[in-house]
Amino acid sequence: MYFDPVMKPPLLQFTDRGIYCEAANVYLDPWKPVDKAIISHGHADHSRWGHKRYITHHRNLPIVKHRLGNISIVGKDWGEAFTVNGVTFSLHPAGHIIGSSQIRVEHKGEVWVFTGDYKLENDGLTTPYETVKCHTFITECTFGLPAFSWMPQEQVINDINEWWAANKANGQTSVLFGYSLGKAQRLLKHLDSSTGKIYTHGAIENMTEVLRPLADFPKTEPITGDTKKEDIKGNMIIAPPSAHGSNWMRKMVPYATASASGWMAFRGARRRRAIDKGFVLSDHCDWSGLLAAIKSTGAEKVICTHGYTEIFSRYLRELGYDARTEETQYEGELAEANASETVKTKTK
Amino acid sequence: MKDFAQLIKTFDNTNKTNIKVQALADYFRAADDKDKVWTIAILSHRRPPRPINTTLLREWAAELANIPLWLFEESYHIVGDLAETIALVVPKKEKSANKSLTRFLEEMLALKQKSEEEKKKYLFDNWQRMDYHERFVFTKLITGGFRIGVSQKLMTRALSKATGIDEDILAYKLMGNWNPNTITFQALVLEERESDFLSKPYPFYLAYALDGEVEGLGNVKDWSVEHKWDGIRAQVIIRNNELFVWSRGEELVTDKYPEFEKFVGIIPNGTVLDGEILPYPNGKIGSFNELQTRIGRKTISKSLLQKTPVVLKAYDLLEWQGTDIRQKPYFERRELLEKLHGEVVESEISPILSERMRFDSWAAVVKERERSREKRSEGLMLKHNDSPYLVGRKKGDWWKWKVDPLTIDAVLTYAMRGHGRRSNLFTDYTFALWKENENGERELVTFAKAYSGLTDAEFREMDAWIKKNTLERFGPVRSVTPHHVFEIAFEGIALSKRHKSGVATRFPRILRWRKDKKIEEANSINDILQMIK
Repeated sequence: MYFDPVMKPPLLQFTDRGIYCEAANVYLDPWKPVDKAIISHGHADHSRWGHKRYITHHRNLPIVKHRLGNISIVGKDWGEAFTVNGVTFSLHPAGHIIGSSQIRVEHKGEVWVFTGDYKLENDGLTTPYETVKCHTFITECTFGLPAFSWMPQEQVINDINEWWAANKANGQTSVLFGYSLGKAQRLLKHLDSSTGKIYTHGAIENMTEVLRPLADFPKTEPITGDTKKEDIKGNMIIAPPSAHGSNWMRKMVPYATASASGWMAFRGARRRRAIDKGFVLSDHCDWSGLLAAIKSTGAEKVICTHGYTEIFSRYLRELGYDARTEETQYEGELAEANASETVKTKTK
Repeated sequence: MKDFAQLIKTFDNTNKTNIKVQALADYFRAADDKDKVWTIAILSHRRPPRPINTTLLREWAAELANIPLWLFEESYHIVGDLAETIALVVPKKEKSANKSLTRFLEEMLALKQKSEEEKKKYLFDNWQRMDYHERFVFTKLITGGFRIGVSQKLMTRALSKATGIDEDILAYKLMGNWNPNTITFQALVLEERESDFLSKPYPFYLAYALDGEVEGLGNVKDWSVEHKWDGIRAQVIIRNNELFVWSRGEELVTDKYPEFEKFVGIIPNGTVLDGEILPYPNGKIGSFNELQTRIGRKTISKSLLQKTPVVLKAYDLLEWQGTDIRQKPYFERRELLEKLHGEVVESEISPILSERMRFDSWAAVVKERERSREKRSEGLMLKHNDSPYLVGRKKGDWWKWKVDPLTIDAVLTYAMRGHGRRSNLFTDYTFALWKENENGERELVTFAKAYSGLTDAEFREMDAWIKKNTLERFGPVRSVTPHHVFEIAFEGIALSKRHKSGVATRFPRILRWRKDKKIEEANSINDILQMIK
């Protein structure tokens, strides 16, 4: 825990339960059960089970309810200020996935922003990221290395659609892996459905059903026991990374596999997963995105929570920021990256 | 170069061997002859000498990417490949220039002699004119070690598809010393010339490990048994009063083993022997460790020759009286070899025969295998009496049947990130054993490194644990809390002054993760010393 014995405790502290605002007795994305939690977005490492009361953005409500069931939860609008014990909170678009927020905390003129996970590019599905001015910026840095540099979405999506069309021409089914909340819907939104039908794995179909009231998605067909092998051929299947190498894939033979993730920037990561093709498409910032975001907040203090924190904060210090690292239990895109491998080995 | 980069991209975009071979065959059909020769050279690890050292490459890449050197180095540790790191961090700024692969390689050959300034200018000019894939390939050509998921075998298969020439014949033609800068595609691949063949070895026949019960091989009388010697596999060629020694890595190593020069004149011209180079101090087979003192040296001193002489343990005859006899059955080749040996055995420097043994029962073979350590071998080789000498690794006629390894329980103390498909994962481990210090306290002393033996899932589990239990970082290396015990297997063990533990192990690897053991239960240096006999 960060604590200065002379001055009052900082507005947000890093405790073993999560990021804590003592003045309001509120936690941000806590990883252990607490009384009151403000939730940035619906991924499992940020919205956990067991809190007494949840506050999150309206667009995140269906996701959290779907995942956590019957909980006490309140939805807020973008920029809608609410006060707890004299501390003002508000949610601002983070551009990560549908309903993802940055959490702004203001107390006696001091402003902190916690990003959760975020990206700067408008993906055409998620409410785009907005810069929030602050004194202290708590940022993720999942891809905080200069080796990560994203292409514009349009280009990556074109590559994916071309890949699908080429596979179809070769009589192959395309199996595209992406995290079932976020990446799968982003892909779905932009796939060229004139090429063929889009099938989904059950996990993705369920999550997409939850999100259909919030966005327009093309028609999808879930793969079930009754789905015929001949019907699938040449079409697109979106599946979670964990499906790779499982028996579930047998029906798709002959197929070509691809994964859409920021980790696909590394050849080693592609080869490790034994997939054919890697599309570098991430819902997190790349290196220059992180630097641009930090600069535009005007923050002097930066706290790095997850990703390449040591390296990234050292570089920020060289740039003149008061930057440091805090241990958290957020996983960024790591959870997704690992999921694909675990199942694969099990089925071998 | 664009075509070659596109080829590498195709390799990168598929996990299927057939697609890779097809893409390479298509490339061979379409490419310019000079580019073909260079492609064969690159894919068979005959790259030009490195024109720029990696320290300079790193400095200049960091400068061009406008990042501090430490940040470049950190990125490199994580990406796990220098050329890939450079391809990722350097931005493309200018329009690309379309130069051929051959042109680039000629420029690189010329670059070696140039000043540092000119080298830097050359890199800056080129790096910025390339897209990611071109930059990766270009830098890979400079740094060398072009391992991109296409083995020499696959390359040969693709070349065979494109030219219609038999794969085995191609493998033979592509062996040995040839200079991609001077040889033509016609001379290398298409035409046959006698003089080219003077130094050429035959492709080695390699055995798979026996995968079932030995009884499954059928009648024991159809099989010959030899010990599997632990040295360097080599072909010794005597043609036209010249000696050529080839290692299995297709490296011409004649100069490293002056002992064999005396074969010329004793062994008739037109002879090719397949055998094992073994250290032979004091007239006995030494340890692989001793042989290592010979492998790394460029010049072999007189004292080293005296201290660690080598012998050739011959086990096969591939060419006799100038004729390729690889298609003759093994027993006939052996008869010729034994006859040859009998004729030259009188001279003090003759090759030694690897004894061909015959047994009446598999049980007797099993018994012989148990004597392997005592005979200083790694186990047995089982060869079918009628087997021809095949090309490459083939199943059926030859099997290797190694003895079970020695094992010891050790504690994980350091970890390093791996390379290639293990980049960004902590997969390279250092292990320690207990040792009592002068105050009578037990401390952990490093004894071996190992990189293989865990499943992908176990590596990931360890990786996550290591990231959470790091004590200190030393560049890419992390020391970790001593907590995990692993059973380490190794083939042999010898005393060593170079190692802190006092012992050197041969081919250490992880056998099992002993989650059931606490670090206090790991073995000690004394335990491992007991294994040396």
